[in-house]
Amino acid sequence: MQRFSGLSLLRRGLSGQRGWQPQWRHAEPKPAYDALVIGGGGHGLGTAYYLASEHGLTNIAVLEKGWIGGGNTGRNTTIIRSNYLFPESAALYDHAVKLWERLSQALNYNVMFSQRGVMMLAHTVHDMQVAKRHVHANRAAGVDNEWLTPREAKAFCPLLNIGDIRYPVIGAALQRRGGTARHDAVAWGYARAADALGVDIIENCEVTGIRRNAEGAVEAVETTRGTIRAPRIGVAAAGHTSVILRMADVELPLESYPLQALVSEPVKPVFPCVVMSNTIHAYISQSDKGELVIGAGTDAYTSYTQRGGPHITSHALEAICELFPMFRRMRMLRCWGGIVDVTPDRSPIIGKTGVPGLYVNCGWGTGGFKATPGSAHVFAWTIARDEPHPLNAPFTLERFRDGNLIDEAAAAAVAH
Amino acid sequence: MLLIECPYCGERSEPEFVYGGQAHVARPRVPAEVSAEQWARYLYFRDNTRGVHAERWRHTHGCGRFFNALRDTTTDQFLATYKVGEAPPAPAKVSR
Repeated sequence: MQRFSGLSLLRRGLSGQRGWQPQWRHAEPKPAYDALVIGGGGHGLGTAYYLASEHGLTNIAVLEKGWIGGGNTGRNTTIIRSNYLFPESAALYDHAVKLWERLSQALNYNVMFSQRGVMMLAHTVHDMQVAKRHVHANRAAGVDNEWLTPREAKAFCPLLNIGDIRYPVIGAALQRRGGTARHDAVAWGYARAADALGVDIIENCEVTGIRRNAEGAVEAVETTRGTIRAPRIGVAAAGHTSVILRMADVELPLESYPLQALVSEPVKPVFPCVVMSNTIHAYISQSDKGELVIGAGTDAYTSYTQRGGPHITSHALEAICELFPMFRRMRMLRCWGGIVDVTPDRSPIIGKTGVPGLYVNCGWGTGGFKATPGSAHVFAWTIARDEPHPLNAPFTLERFRDGNLIDEAAAAAVAH
Repeated sequence: MLLIECPYCGERSEPEFVYGGQAHVARPRVPAEVSAEQWARYLYFRDNTRGVHAERWRHTHGCGRFFNALRDTTTDQFLATYKVGEAPPAPAKVSR
């Protein structure tokens, strides 16, 4: 791997940017591997990286039907936080935050993780009770979260309109260790690092079938680029997980909805943190490129189109204009959608499927980006050891039968 | 946004409606007599079809009635709408 450093940037910059090598190979699929990861987003690429770097499994491949990071990894609003309610969730998401804190160094790739703070606004008595419950639960679980008065919230984010609106801000919960990162960078950083360890990254390769042997265990996948054998297969395919798992006769409690986002024209730095409001529904931050990155709730119906209706984004912008009047003249440049796989309790499913050798990591719904390194790390562990890591052990498929749901609908902070 | 043909009111725009999820999911008649698996299937497991999806809509800002629809989730085009109690029309027979 050609290491990046201040010196390498200077040297190549002074020689006309010649000598940069491709960051990963366009590998041809081999007939067999020790393990396959289906899905070349942040979670899948990260899983491959940790399989190689922590579990010694380097004869592996990532299969991506499109281009890596082209799915939800390339379409989210880049928010990172761990202020979820239940201890199981807080532990998993905070595992991710701790990995984010060291990720650029670990990958020798600037993922632009910025712990600028994530502030969740309260506008009603219900909001305040729910937010304070989360603050107390987080602090009991060792995750930072603090309650702010309206004045303190405005001091933290000066553009915030706390007063003269239909539902004034009556307080806020702030996680200072939360923030943003560059979504493409985490996919590319993991891809480059995994490739350097020998992982094959195979794009334009859609899985069309899963072959099982006489004992019912997985033994190969059929793809648009041929049959590839592997005794272990991990599926990290987000909104397409139902499609893939059905190839092995595994049914899931997932529904795939469009989730839209949009960005403004780039402007000078004006917005210092991330702000989210459940009640006046939208969330916003400013990228290092200067664009306001805005999102809100999902569209109402299931869809694989990566598009939604303009009334959804209009509602999001109305909420932004209400909360941040300075932005009322901003011009919006681009909007798009992803396909979010939502579970009934808004918590992921990470673990075995009941089919030997087949593992699933899905159901992150509207909140998978923030968990990328944590999710990848525990999924790699699960695949390598054929047992869940303690952090993903509660997130089973069986919990829907047994009733141990982990209800993070409020913490998800995205209406759907 | 979607243009949805309510079987009672005709074509109306999406904000007049509320989505009702997958259609034809039958509630077990005697919940106490089904297994935990079967109950979980009813409550939580869905087809999440990539393709022609049978689903419910409710015309909340119109006639207020539920009805069913066939919509292709890869294009969001509606193939048909049909009343509660009717069988879904065979997709091949539907014009459009």
